[in-house]
Amino acid sequence: MRALARAITLVERRDPSVRDLEAALRTQARAPGVAGFTGAPGTGKSTLVDAVVALLRQKQRSVAVLATDPNSPFTGGAILGDRIRMQRHALDTKVFIRSMGARGHLGGLSLATREAIRLLGAFGFDEVILETVGVGQSELEVAAVADTTVVVLTPNLGDSVQMIKAGILEIADVFVVNKADIDGHLRVIAELRAMLNLAPRQGWKAPIIATVATRQDGVEQLWEAVLAHRRHLETTGRAKELAEKRLRDETAEVAAELARQRARQALEEDPRLAERLLEDGTPYRTAEEILKRSANR
Amino acid sequence: MPTAVRPVRIIVAKVGLDGHDRGVKVVARALRDAGYEVIYTGLRQTPEMVVDAALQEDAQVVGLSIHSGAHMTLFPAVVDELKRRKATDIVVFGGGIIPDDDIAALKKRGVAEIFTPGTPLQEIVDWLRKRFPDEKTPKR
Repeated sequence: MRALARAITLVERRDPSVRDLEAALRTQARAPGVAGFTGAPGTGKSTLVDAVVALLRQKQRSVAVLATDPNSPFTGGAILGDRIRMQRHALDTKVFIRSMGARGHLGGLSLATREAIRLLGAFGFDEVILETVGVGQSELEVAAVADTTVVVLTPNLGDSVQMIKAGILEIADVFVVNKADIDGHLRVIAELRAMLNLAPRQGWKAPIIATVATRQDGVEQLWEAVLAHRRHLETTGRAKELAEKRLRDETAEVAAELARQRARQALEEDPRLAERLLEDGTPYRTAEEILKRSANR
Repeated sequence: MPTAVRPVRIIVAKVGLDGHDRGVKVVARALRDAGYEVIYTGLRQTPEMVVDAALQEDAQVVGLSIHSGAHMTLFPAVVDELKRRKATDIVVFGGGIIPDDDIAALKKRGVAEIFTPGTPLQEIVDWLRKRFPDEKTPKR
């Protein structure tokens, strides 16, 4: 287990040795099912994920949870508190929980997450659950990595206009209205349904599941919906398309990362280049020059 | 290739039957503000749970908080569990209402440092900085 934990640290640090590690593990790589949970703070994501983990353990599936919390933009520090809600799975060797600071690594969250997922697959985990706070860019990055994105809502989050504003309609494959024992949950469901009917999606229609995560209510139905979406991806050939698209996206990100490193290096090592950049006052000529040089290497 | 700096990751936990978590939350907050990644695991943790979390999270430091008086049992139990899991590189420090005599005994048992009530938060941060001079806090 410590080997896996260390490997994920290397991934987060964008350590070059990860490349060799991944190549070595490639033969064992088995793609785990990946479900992403996102929603506003306080909607009960961690509790819901905890309930899903409990369900999956009943079904004898091994589960890894990657929980992302924001880092402070001022100090870089973070308090990662998602484990608190998942303590009943402590000491279960088939459950692995890892907290990630969203800004703690270069190269973006999605790059580290993708590599962590591959590692978890190689270490034999059947399911990976990604949990992110839906307050910025991170949930979009996670939606790009997960096979199925679950958006968690609760009653009293605000009126229906909030839903259009947030842009959550587009990324959700499954909607959950959690805390469905609170007054107002029927209204949220009705508004959500009305909103979805206004802009019907082609093919997959995102179901709306009501849950009370603290009581395990609706969790079975939620997981059924995730599996139904997974089957939908398989039967329509979308799964293959997505996998290919992800590999292309990831390659573009890795290429960008390498280019960025080379550019920084070139500007540090070649004072003439840096000087001309200052003369120009705009970056384009120098950027192209750097790319050209690195192509000739 | 410039590598990203490694953030020091700290597990912060309340061990045993002790519900007094205000102190630990204040410390967690101070460590966060000092740029550390703090993983707070909540109340009523067993030594096994704390060590398990430290290993999964690949933390370099474990901070334990206790006000119940069971520190002489629980702190060494965490140190022993780390030994059993071959993770003695992980540094353990603690805080709480702990008498001076016990502090000396705990240090002998492998607890790196103990902070008692009234310790300025900066003192804890300074101690960590001294302990991990090479490790940098995460970049923005």
